[in-house]
Formats: sequence, C-alpha cells, structure tokens
Amino acid sequence: MPNDAMKYVDEFRDPQLAKRLLAEISAMLPSLMTGRQRPLQIMEVCGGHTHSIFRFGLNDLLPPEIEFVHGPGCPVCVLPMGRIDDCLAIANNSNVIIASFGDAMRVPGSAQSLLQARALGADIRMVYSPADALELARKNPHKEVVFFALGFETTMPGTAFTVLNAAREKIANFSVFCNHITIVSTIKAILDSPDMRLDGFLGPGHVSMIIGTKVFDFIPQDYRLPFVVAGFEPLDILQSIYMVLLQLQSKQPHVENQYSRVVQSGGSAQALSAIGEVFRLRDMFEWRGLGSINHSAVMLAPEFTKFDAEQRFSVPNISIADPKSCQCGEVLKGVIKPMECKVFGNPCTPESPLGALMVSSEGACAAYYNYGKQRMGAKRV
Amino acid sequence: MSKSPIRPLGDTINLSHGSGGRDMHRLLEQLILPTLCSGPIDDGDAASIAMAELINQGDRLAFTTDSYTITPLVFPGGDIGSLAVNGTVNDLAMSGAIPRYLSCALIIEEGFSIKALSSILQSMRTAADQANIRIIAGDTKVVHRGAADGLFINTAGIGVIPSKRQLGREHIRNDDIVIVSGFIGDHGAAVLAARDELQLAIPVDSDCQPLHVLTEALLSVCPNTRIMRDATRGGVASVLNELIADSSFGIQIMETLIPVRPVVRGACEILGLDPLYLANEGTMVAIIPEQDEQPALAAMQAQAAGVHARRIGKVTDHYPGLVSLLTQMGGERLIDIPSGELLPRIC
Repeated sequence: MPNDAMKYVDEFRDPQLAKRLLAEISAMLPSLMTGRQRPLQIMEVCGGHTHSIFRFGLNDLLPPEIEFVHGPGCPVCVLPMGRIDDCLAIANNSNVIIASFGDAMRVPGSAQSLLQARALGADIRMVYSPADALELARKNPHKEVVFFALGFETTMPGTAFTVLNAAREKIANFSVFCNHITIVSTIKAILDSPDMRLDGFLGPGHVSMIIGTKVFDFIPQDYRLPFVVAGFEPLDILQSIYMVLLQLQSKQPHVENQYSRVVQSGGSAQALSAIGEVFRLRDMFEWRGLGSINHSAVMLAPEFTKFDAEQRFSVPNISIADPKSCQCGEVLKGVIKPMECKVFGNPCTPESPLGALMVSSEGACAAYYNYGKQRMGAKRV
Repeated sequence: MSKSPIRPLGDTINLSHGSGGRDMHRLLEQLILPTLCSGPIDDGDAASIAMAELINQGDRLAFTTDSYTITPLVFPGGDIGSLAVNGTVNDLAMSGAIPRYLSCALIIEEGFSIKALSSILQSMRTAADQANIRIIAGDTKVVHRGAADGLFINTAGIGVIPSKRQLGREHIRNDDIVIVSGFIGDHGAAVLAARDELQLAIPVDSDCQPLHVLTEALLSVCPNTRIMRDATRGGVASVLNELIADSSFGIQIMETLIPVRPVVRGACEILGLDPLYLANEGTMVAIIPEQDEQPALAAMQAQAAGVHARRIGKVTDHYPGLVSLLTQMGGERLIDIPSGELLPRIC
C-alpha cells in the first residue's frame, strides 16, 4: 500500500471546507423552514453513510433543522434471523466449511450466531471476498465450501464473477448461500409506507457504482423527492446535503450525482452483465425490520443451480418474526429516532442485539449506541 | 541429572520431548536451557532469588503473568517469543517496576519444527537481554497434534518497585493530560497483514518492544505520573476506557493529535477498522499532571521507544466514566470498549 494512499481521503476531510459548507447549509435553512413544524428529514440509504455520519460527528455539526433518517442500507442488519438459522443448518453438516464476511459472523439467529456456532465446533471461516471462499474450495477438495453471500448490488458482482469462475473451472465442491438484496425495491417499499415522512435522500454511492443513477429517476418523478448519490467522506456527505437543500429550494427534485468521481449514470456494464447472467429476482424476500418485500432479493439463475447451497443442502427455511418489542421498522422510516425505541440500550445493545439495527456498526441503533452523545454524561449502560 | 548422550534433536517435536524421559532432557540441555538462560541454572524445582539485592532496589515486588497465543507465530517486527518477553516486561514496567526475573512455560504441539522453536527461543533470549531481565525458571509440555496452535508460551515476571512510587487510577485528577508513546495500531496491522487470508500488503512492522527504559525516563522527570498502561489487546480505546471506568472523570481525545501511520490508517479505511482498537505491543498510554507535559514528553522523546510520544487528550469532568473523541471535522463522539473480536465491515 503506498504511503500517500491517504491523500485521496484527506482531501475530503478538510475542516475548513466543511465549515464553509455548514455555513452555506445554515444560510439556506430559514427559507426552507418557513411554515414547517418539524425538521427536514434526509434519509441516508447506505449503512456506509450512517457509519461516516457518526464516525465524523456530522450529526453533531449540522443544525438541528436537519435530521438524518438512517435507511435500510446495512445488509448485515436487515438479514432476518431465519436466514442465519438456515446458514447454521448448512454449517452443521460435518463436511461443510462456511466462508463468511466478518461482520456477518455476529448476526444473531434465533438461537446462535455464526461466531457462537464456530465456538461449538462448526467450521466457519472469515473471508474478505468470495474469491477467497473459492480458493478455500480449491484447497479443500474433500470439503464442501459454502460462501455465505450477502450485501446489496455492491457485493453482488463479486459473487457473480466467483460463481462464473467456479463454473468455468468446474469446481464441484463450491456453492453460494445467496442472500443478496436489491436496493431499488426496498426504497420503493419505504416510500409507499403510509407513515413515510422523508424530505430527500442521500443515495447509495457504492451500489450506484454498479447499477448507475438512472434507476432512481422514479423517486423525484413519482414521489417529488430529491435524490443525491453521495460519497462517503465527510465533505461528500455535507455537499450532498447542500445539493438536496438546493433541490428543495428550487422545488425541482431530480437525481443528482455528487459521487461522480466513482459513479457513472449507467453504472458498470461488466458488473451488470455478470449479475444478469448469474442471478434472478426472487418473488419475495423477508427483511428484518421491514417484513417481506417483493422482488427485493436475488437467487442463482437455473443454469447455476448446482452452485446454489439451498438446493444442495436441506435448510429449514422457517420465517422467524422479529421480537415484538423491537421498533426497527419505525426507525428505518424515520418515524422514531433509535433512542426512542422501547428497548434501545436496555436490553438491546450491540453485544446482545434484539433488533436488526443494533447488529452491525453500520446499523443506525448500533451507531447511536457506540458513538452516540446521548450516552455521554450518563453512567455506562 | 545424568547427561544424555549427545544425539541430534531431529527436525520436529514429538510427544516424547514432553515425556520427562531422555528426549526431553536432550531438548532441554541441547536447545532450551542454553538458548534461554544466561547464567547457571538451579538444580531444584524452583529458582532461588537473593532478597538482599531486590530490597536495595525498592520496597515492593511486582509479579505478573500472561499467556501468549498468536497467529501467525512470526510476523513483521517480531514473533511469539519476543512478544512473550516484551509483553510481561511491559506489564511490570507499567506498574512502575524494574523488571528482574522471568519464567517461561512452553506448550508445544506435536510436529512443531525444532528449527522454528530454536528461532523463537533465540528471539526470547534477545528480548530478555534487551530488557535486562533474566529467565530463571521454566516448563515444557508437548501436546497432541491439533491440541495447540503450534506453540503457546506463558511467561511470569517479577520486578521491583522503587520506594515512593504510587501509581493508580485513584490519583487521576481533572485537567490531567493523556499521552501516548508512539504510533498506534502498528502491531495489529502487521499481524493482520501477516495472516494468509488477508490479501493486503501493509508495509508496517509490529511495535513489539520493551518499554521499561521509557517508563523509567518518564518517572524520573514526572514522579507524579498518575498511571501507565501498555495499549495491547483492544488498543488505545480499551485502555482509556479501563482507566476511567466507574470514575467521576472522563477522557476527551483529539483525532488530529493521535499518531497513526498513513499505511495503518489506509488499511483501516479499507477494512473498516479503527486504529484506536488495534492492538499494540510496545506503545503505552500515560496520564500525567498537566504541568509536567513538556518535561515528560521531552524525556520520552529522547528514548528510542518514545520518539513519537505526544499528548492526545485530557481528563475532563464532563461525561464521567466515558471516553470521547473530538473528530477532525469538529464533531464529538463516544469511544466505547470494543465488543468481541474486530470484524471487518463488508462495504
């Protein structure tokens, strides 16, 4: 890694530029707030944005008239318990190695997480990419290696290319437990919710790198809301908020691309082609905190069935309801703030999460808990 | 004990090397004792330590033990041997003690390479000599293949605490300052990079090193040092939380003051980790009175282990029992104790 790698990051963390942007944002607010009783609610769709907002203390810096609503964009958080149980059912086959991303290891199933199952003897390995999982399969020809695939369109191409490689190399001991989810149908489900109260969106930067920006045109067209695809550095986020406010001011909502150094309007043709070849939409997929959403996830296409772990192994495939006390859905839609949830902090904590959003550091509740100022001044929970 | 006939040790450790029989004696006499021990070895079941000399150096003994398990056993900047010595030396030094004696217990997995063992023992000896501590007692066990991850090492250390040194959390006061002795996260990043599964080159060495010279330098100019801790597992974030847990004070650190190498920051950005939570093996945190800042930093910076020492924050009566970070953007957030092992984010 070159020593100057950080210069491409530091440029987007200049405190002086941030101050100027904040001043400009504040200057726009009086006219926007005229006649409004509640703050402007801007949803950051992506968990990476949630993480950055808290890590850099941006929610602390912005005026109180601007409120972030932390969207469904943490793929780890929104994974339902039943899918973890299904993965553990596969892991319990004595000949199986489960290869998982690190932050999926702690997601609770109805009885156990992958980490807990590993402690009890299941062969579960942490990998950094699906290619690493395929390499495990090459190195362990007498074992069945199952890649626990999850994530939005950001991580889908990696899985798709890996399946294509496995098919080309005729690797017989590799399969994918597919939990990839799609962002557009999910945003639509939130927008169609009767208690939706958003004023604009920070669009997902990494996802848009793959699927482009045109797919979000329906948001300004059908729902009259600004949508700005945003990068992940503090200045990216502040500039994107500024762009959302300009759109609100002009009353001409449209899709804008703040993250143009990475995102192109058409996305990545190569990645989309691989996704199109390897995956098909599922009719229905259950989300933690949001319930079932039509066409919100993918499965392997029929020609890749032999790489589909759900076909290769028997899984219980039981739907397990979220705990009744959790209010994840209301938090996701901006109806309540995380700390207004009945179980926030007690008993729902990052160490023993009850609800989806307390699971990963990108989850809204975990971010509030881990980084949140509301805990400052109080005794440790 | 009668000397075993001189016979080569072979290439690998097997169960007979831990059996108490001839093979074990050969291992001890040909490899372990001559490598680890600088002076004559006591014949008995326990090493005897002359009290008079210790009494001359102080009025209390510090006694600590730690077990070392790490994957991989050898990493850029160190190995499990140097870690096992420096870790215990540093635990002694952090209590204000002068490190003196060390014990060493080896748990070796059947099939372990004799050459690798020899190299690790040599590394222990080099680290012990560097820290001016003598290895005077030990134990060797061999376990079945699969029962250990190659090699586990336990060390216990004894040091002497000079009279009048009183370190402890109860001495921390509002407006005290928090200093760190060098770049943070180097060890954690070096070990991550050395693991097979991470296809990411992070050109950084572990900071594995003894800190007793540094602590003596600090204490010589700042005898009212409140407390010192080496920021090992859990990193600086965990140590700071431990220092003020259940206290009427909190700690506020400044992101812009925290020394992190660009390569470590870069690796953390890519992996979604925070250098504040990465392990260190030769970097310490200290809380000292504000008026001692300049002499304390000057004394530390004059030592090789403290060249990059700097103030990173202060004790505050805001947020009792909590650690907060003033971000480079001007926001403030909580720095909590990490939950479980560090797991990289997926996107």
